[in-house]
Amino acid sequence: MSEREIPFTAFAFQKYLNQGELKASRCADCHKIYLPVRAICPDCGTSNLEWIELSGKGKLAAYTSIYIGPSFMNRQGYGRDKPYLTGIVELEEGPMISARLLGLDPDNPSKIKIGTALAFSGIESGEGENISTQLAFKVEE
Amino acid sequence: MPENHKQLARGVSLVGAGMSKFGSFPEKSSRDLFVEAFQDMSKSVDKEFDPHGIEYVCIGNFSSDLFEGQSHTAPIMADAVGLVPRAAVRVEDACASSGVALRQGILGIASGLYDIVLVGGIEMMTKLPTSEVTDTLAAAGDVLYEIPVGFTFPGFYAAMASAYMDRYGAAPEDLMQVALKNHANGALNDKAQFGVTIPDWMEKRKQSAERKGKPVPGWKDEWDFLHDDGANPMIAWPLRLFDCSPITDGATAALLVADDIAKQFTDHPLKIIGSGQASDYPLHDRADLTSIGAAKLASQEAYQMAGVTPKDIQLAEVHDCFTIAEIIAIEDLGFFTPGTGCKQAEKGTTTRTGEIPINPSGGLKAKGHPVGASGIGQVVEIFKQLRGKAEGRQIKGDPSIGLAHNVGATGQTCVVHIFQREE
Repeated sequence: MSEREIPFTAFAFQKYLNQGELKASRCADCHKIYLPVRAICPDCGTSNLEWIELSGKGKLAAYTSIYIGPSFMNRQGYGRDKPYLTGIVELEEGPMISARLLGLDPDNPSKIKIGTALAFSGIESGEGENISTQLAFKVEE
Repeated sequence: MPENHKQLARGVSLVGAGMSKFGSFPEKSSRDLFVEAFQDMSKSVDKEFDPHGIEYVCIGNFSSDLFEGQSHTAPIMADAVGLVPRAAVRVEDACASSGVALRQGILGIASGLYDIVLVGGIEMMTKLPTSEVTDTLAAAGDVLYEIPVGFTFPGFYAAMASAYMDRYGAAPEDLMQVALKNHANGALNDKAQFGVTIPDWMEKRKQSAERKGKPVPGWKDEWDFLHDDGANPMIAWPLRLFDCSPITDGATAALLVADDIAKQFTDHPLKIIGSGQASDYPLHDRADLTSIGAAKLASQEAYQMAGVTPKDIQLAEVHDCFTIAEIIAIEDLGFFTPGTGCKQAEKGTTTRTGEIPINPSGGLKAKGHPVGASGIGQVVEIFKQLRGKAEGRQIKGDPSIGLAHNVGATGQTCVVHIFQREE
């Protein structure tokens, strides 16, 4: 399947992510970029969208260190004694997206600065066919 | 978005409002709580009222499916209060479910189809363990893009708090002031789940330790208590336990009628002078993380319909699911400028005796937050306050205009109503 035939679904976004690619949809008419991906441009209403790869560069817009997580995070060993960081990253192309945050200290969240430069990363789980990547950003070195 | 100066085609009045006790009720189901709410509402109608006159039933509920294993709840609620075969509909907009059910009831009367409508809300949350409640609530987030990276509801509001604190220099203690205020109000509300002030809570904890022969904690004052990681653990930085509304069972009910028959039910109906609703993107797709766009739009629509400004509002019940949410709400509603909402509880502006009392009921924070029932729970308080029936927590000065602000999820839905007492 050529890329123009790949539908703008979360499934397709995740498949790219599993391959280490951060992709978004861009309106071919008004050039606005959307992440989460959209099949219809909210701005101009067309269905004339295309996949683009993002640079993966961004900065921290909002964050939290979570001590009481959902059960799938608890099963990975996170919880009261092992919090994890998640937040919202503003990408250099404009869109913002929710992601895990790496390279910062979840035990000292008040020391983290909004605006910190971040780069696209991922947290892999599973093996072979079942590999799945959780979207993450890490502090740029 | 075009400016909306539209009016309802026919006026609607609120003539009754009631609620069950909010709390944890292992021996009850949501239908039992809805019966309590309906009976409380019926008692609040001043003149003789035949429930069989009700023509339509509109029930807000977030997730009886996951919380109780029960879908298709609206006809069950209609049955529980003797209203089969009236049309009954369930409305789901996360934590704004019953605020939106109220609006749907209003639209039903305004359309001319119905004259008398029962609106309400139900949620039975405590039958699940806390981790499953967290998962169920998370279903109100975006399960494809937000939840897979570990966001929880406290986490979303914590992220908003991080952006707010960074932009305006607010501290976690500014947020906690909201909890101190709302628990002080809730202590005067016998329907509240946690109707106790935070200083009294601390004293009870000390007394309980003493009674059990355990070491008595040495907290000097309520701030010492609130900074203690054991007594007030971190949930999602910067939000601690006391920044969060509780997990609650509860039900609410209100009676709406066409304006022209309102005096058959009471000499003091509340006219619904403004109604507004809007939607928004998930949090990461918003231009501003320190405000809820849907709340601004919904309130603008309601103010325009009512022909009033924020200055005319004498008290408000706002959606304080987390302390930061009340701060953002009172800015979005136009009561305070952006960045100043965080100082109002401490200054006393928003206390029961302040310029604009916010959440005199105790709010979702102290009263409890049975998510699908909370929107009409706010309306119960406005109904009492504007009719002088709020007992020990009655706002002085005989207020006649009040506002209710109900948010779904992180603000993907917001619904605002404005009420005025008819003389």
